[in-house]
Amino acid sequence: MRVTRRRLIGSAAAGAAALAAPAAIGAARPHVVVIGGGAGGATAARYLARDGKGAIAVTLVEPTRTYHTCFFSNLYLGGFRTLESIAHSYGRLAAMGINVVHDWAVGIDRDTRTVALAGGGSLGYDRLIVAPGIDFRWDSVPGHGIAAQNAMPHAWKAGSQTELLKAQIASMPEGGVFAMVAPPNPYRCPPGPYERVSMVAHQLSRTNPTAKIMIFDPKPKFSKQALFEEGWAAHYPGMIEWLEPDFGGRIDEVRPDAMEIVSDGEAVKVDVANVIPAQKAGRIAEIAGLADASGFCPIVPATMQSRMDPAVHVLGDATIAGDMPKSGFSANSQAKVAAMAVRAALTGSTAFPPRFSNTCWSLIATGDGVKVGARYEATEEKIAKTEGFISQTGEDAELRRQTYEESLGWYAGITADIFG
Amino acid sequence: MGALRLLLTALALALAAAGARAELAADAVHDLPGDPERGAGLWRLCQSCHALGEGARNRVGPHLNELFGRRAATVAGYRYSKDMRRAGADGLTWTADTLHVYLENPRSLVTGTRMAFRGIPEEADRADLIAYLRRFSASPRDIPEAAPTAPPRDPDVAPAILAIEGDPAYGEYLAGECVTCHQASGTDEGIPSITGWPERDFVTALHAYKNRHRPHPVMQLIAGNLSEEEIAALAAFFRGVD
Repeated sequence: MRVTRRRLIGSAAAGAAALAAPAAIGAARPHVVVIGGGAGGATAARYLARDGKGAIAVTLVEPTRTYHTCFFSNLYLGGFRTLESIAHSYGRLAAMGINVVHDWAVGIDRDTRTVALAGGGSLGYDRLIVAPGIDFRWDSVPGHGIAAQNAMPHAWKAGSQTELLKAQIASMPEGGVFAMVAPPNPYRCPPGPYERVSMVAHQLSRTNPTAKIMIFDPKPKFSKQALFEEGWAAHYPGMIEWLEPDFGGRIDEVRPDAMEIVSDGEAVKVDVANVIPAQKAGRIAEIAGLADASGFCPIVPATMQSRMDPAVHVLGDATIAGDMPKSGFSANSQAKVAAMAVRAALTGSTAFPPRFSNTCWSLIATGDGVKVGARYEATEEKIAKTEGFISQTGEDAELRRQTYEESLGWYAGITADIFG
Repeated sequence: MGALRLLLTALALALAAAGARAELAADAVHDLPGDPERGAGLWRLCQSCHALGEGARNRVGPHLNELFGRRAATVAGYRYSKDMRRAGADGLTWTADTLHVYLENPRSLVTGTRMAFRGIPEEADRADLIAYLRRFSASPRDIPEAAPTAPPRDPDVAPAILAIEGDPAYGEYLAGECVTCHQASGTDEGIPSITGWPERDFVTALHAYKNRHRPHPVMQLIAGNLSEEEIAALAAFFRGVD
C-alpha cells in the first residue's frame, strides 16, 4: 500500500498537471484520517475532500452526531441564541464524500499507521490529522473532579454541560451567588470566561437583579480586560466581583457537596459554581505520544505537522501554536494550512505559503460587541504574531452594535466553512 | 430640449444657492486647489439625488450641507446602507481626501453604498466639485483636511496594478482566509458578500484597505498582508464564484 502511494506521488509530482492527479482516483487513493469533528478537524476534512477533488479518501472520526460549537455557547447562556442555533450535524460533509464515522478514536499505532476505534474497528492512514480539542486536568482544582462536574459544571465543552449550567442559573435563589473558578493559562478561548460572566450578568440583571457574580481567577490579568471591566461597570454596576490571585482569586479547594469555594482559608457559600479546570490536549493526543510535558502538542508551524511524527498533523486547541490563541477561528485557519500541506504531500499539488489569522468577538451586553485579532507567520520555532488590533474602550454604541452584528455574520460564515 | 432647460434651471438654482452661502465660508475657498465655480457646473451630476443649500432636505441621497468633517452616515432622518453605517462607525469622515476617493468610485470606498453612481474619473473635476461642496460647510478652520496632521491622500490604484492578471488557483487557496467570515455562497448575514464582483472593484477595494483608506481593522490586517499579485488572484477567483 505504501509503496503504491510513493510511486503515485512520484508520478504525480513529475506531471505538470499535478493538481488533478487523475491517476489517484480508483485503485489506491491515499487515505487521510481526521480525528475530531470540531472547528479544526471538520474544516481539514472538508478542504481535503473539496480541493482533493476525489484524489484523497477522507475519513472523519467524531463521536457526537450533533456538534455544539463552544463559540457562541455563552450567547446561549445569555439568552441571545438557542442551543439549536449552535448545533451542527455532519450530513453535508458525508454528502461530499467524507466517510463520517461516529466513534471514539482510542488508540493510534504510529508504526503501522492505524487508528483503533472504541467500537472495535480500525482505520489505516497515509496521513493522520489529530484535532481532539481539549481535555481537563481533573486534579487541577482540589475537591473537584469528573464526578463533581454536575454539581459544579465546567460547560467548557458545549452541549449538555452548557444546558445544565443554564438551568442552574435559572434556579438561583433571589440575590444568590454565581461563582466562576477561571482556568489558568493556557486554555481554550482566552476571553471566553469573561464573556460568559457578561452573559450570566445579562441574564441575571433581568431575572435576578440582586444576584452577585464572583470570579476566582488564578491569573493576574486576562484577555480584553479593560473592555470587559468597562462594560461590567457600565451595564452591571455592583454585580461582578473579579478576585485576582493575590486577593482571594487563588482557591484552596472546592466542596461540591456543600457548594462552597474555599479561598484564603475562608469558605464562601455559592449557589452556582462554574468550575473550569486547567486544560491539556484531548486524550487521544496524549495516548498517541503527540503531547509533550506541557500536555499540549508541539507542531511544525509551516505545516502543522507533529514534531513527534511527520505523518501526523495536529490542529487547534490541542497544539502549542505559539502566539495563536486557542480558538475556533485559529483551528479553522490552521486546518487550511494543514489540508494544503497534506494534499501537497499526497498528490503533488502546489503548497502555497501558510497563512494564519484569528479574530475573537465577545459580547458584553445587548448590542455591545468587542473584538481582538491578529495575523501570524510560521517561523522555524513557532507561529509568531506579526500584527494585531483590539477594540478600544470608549467606543461609541453604534460601532459596538456593528461589531456584534459582524460577529453574527462571522458565526454564519465560519460554521458554513467548517460543516459545509 | 427639455433636458437642457432642466439642466440650465438647475445650474441657475445651484449657483444662486452657492452665492447665498459663499460669504459664510469665504475663507474656505482658497485652501482647496479646485475651482468652485467650475464645480458648480459639475453639481449637475449629483443634484438628481442630493440637495444642497438653504432648506436642503434629504432626497434619494442625504443633503450635503455641512458635509466637511461630518462622520459618514450621520445625517438625521436618512436611511443609509448598512455598509455606509459600518464605514461611519469605523471612523469614515468626509474630507477633501475621502471625498476624492469616494467620488472617483463610490463602491471602492463603501462597497454596498446606495449611491449608484459610476464616479468621476478626472481628478481635476473632482477637485472642482469638492471645492464647490466645501462652500456649504461652515467653520472651515475646523475641517479635518485643514489640520497640519491630515494624512495625505493615497494614490489611486495604478493601472499597472489593475492590469495584473490574477491566478485563480492561488486565489482559491488565499480565499480560505476570506471565507472564514465572508460566506462562499455569497450570503450576507452580517458580513458583506464578496463574490461575483468585477475584478477592478475588488482590487480597488482591497487596496483601499491595504492603504488604510477604508477603516475596518480586520480588513486592514488581512489586506495589509496581501501582495498586489495576491489581491489580483483573489479578485480573479471571487469573480468566478456565483
